[in-house]
Amino acid sequence: MIHLPLFQTPSLTVSEITQYLRALLDGDEILQNVWVRGEISNLSRPTSGHLYFTLKDQGASLRCVIWRSQASRLRVTMQNGLAIEAHGAISIYERDGAYQLYVDSVRPVGEGLLFQEFLRLKALLESEGLFDEDRKRPIPSRPHRIGLVTSPTGAALQDILNTLRRRYPLVEVILAPCAVQGEAAPAEIVRALRRLAAIRPDVIVVARGGGSIEDLWAFNDERVVRAIAASLSPVITGIGHETDFTLADFAADLRAPTPTGAAVLATPDKADLHVELAGLRLQLASAMQVVLDEHSYALDSARQRLERGSPASRIRSDRQQIDDLQDRALRAMQHSLALRQARRQGLQNRLQALNPIAILQRGYVLLQREDGSLLNSTRMVKPGDRLSAKLWDGTLDVRVDGVQPSGEASPPQE
Amino acid sequence: MNRSFTDIADLSYEQAFAELETIINGLEANQKTLEESISLYERGQALAMYCAGRLDQAELRVRQMSELDLEIDPTHPVMDEGAQD
Repeated sequence: MIHLPLFQTPSLTVSEITQYLRALLDGDEILQNVWVRGEISNLSRPTSGHLYFTLKDQGASLRCVIWRSQASRLRVTMQNGLAIEAHGAISIYERDGAYQLYVDSVRPVGEGLLFQEFLRLKALLESEGLFDEDRKRPIPSRPHRIGLVTSPTGAALQDILNTLRRRYPLVEVILAPCAVQGEAAPAEIVRALRRLAAIRPDVIVVARGGGSIEDLWAFNDERVVRAIAASLSPVITGIGHETDFTLADFAADLRAPTPTGAAVLATPDKADLHVELAGLRLQLASAMQVVLDEHSYALDSARQRLERGSPASRIRSDRQQIDDLQDRALRAMQHSLALRQARRQGLQNRLQALNPIAILQRGYVLLQREDGSLLNSTRMVKPGDRLSAKLWDGTLDVRVDGVQPSGEASPPQE
Repeated sequence: MNRSFTDIADLSYEQAFAELETIINGLEANQKTLEESISLYERGQALAMYCAGRLDQAELRVRQMSELDLEIDPTHPVMDEGAQD
């Protein structure tokens, strides 16, 4: 007979014990926030987008899951054999009764390795001359077509489009969409560049918004750097923030600090173009003014010449000449009158001086003989002759009483 | 001079701008008749207005290359402004 204990120990269902274990793990602070170091194996990527793998070392293995939302943001390219440090929480997958690490972020073992790889590649490409200054081509000042290599869903795209709209909406944008982070990014970026090469845009902008160094890692990929260096169109990079430098930046013809900065460097500013246009309009107007001024000057001088040859002008001129002549005639006549007057006065004075009456007034006397002839010599008279003496105011009858010649040789002739 | 000008609306911004510069050079050389100069001036004014208008009214054209085609037809807009979210 089977002895049954009074109180049987109650059994638990599988689910119950699993739930119990899960609660136990979920309540453990260490397990909920842990970094685990190991090597990736059994990596699988179902179409769901989640990542499954096992982390292992020599002695043990740990199943790991990365949900799709986190998988797309990984800064590490996941591959079997890679040593990583995974962060997350340990819990139980109840269906399989398996505990596993639910990973939310991953970093390579020893970040320094990544940087060393960066330096090694940089030195290599530098030695090949890929970063040489004299390889840099000028960026066209007025591009017709800009090729854009960026994520079709990223903020960088919108920043760039908004900037182009504001600055230079005349440009045409050809977007070659690609992933800009994650494992597939380098190949997609290279393919986008290759596709754009068929169109030969005036300039290509390779852009990605800000992120951690790992987010930007695709732009340190050798394939991407070489594709940028080989691009037929000049390339402007706008990757991450001001402080981020990627190898793609070194290979580009021009490096902008941000995606928006790249759009600025790729285009002229509408405001500047307006200023330039306003300047040209002023220049146009002033050139036209010069033309008008010269024609106007020519017209004025022609009008003046016409005026000088006109009948009205001739009449005015003749009239003035007549006035001049009249003036001259008047002056000549006055002059001549004055001359005559002066001469007349002179003659009159001389006449006055010669007037015999005037002489008589000074006390001289004219003696006339009886026949009326003038007596001018003592030899013309003898005593007893009667003479008439003419004074200025009358005549005296006189008789010669005696003659005493003064002895002068010859008498004056009459 | 009875030279007829190209219809301005058919010009690109760059073409209109280049013609404007040529016209200014022509006017500054001042070797044309007054009538020619006036018609150049009017043409220049129209070009300047056109350029300013193009700048203000232009809509950014955005085309997206599809995943498959290696060579897209550049004249065929795959995506325009309105198609974006």
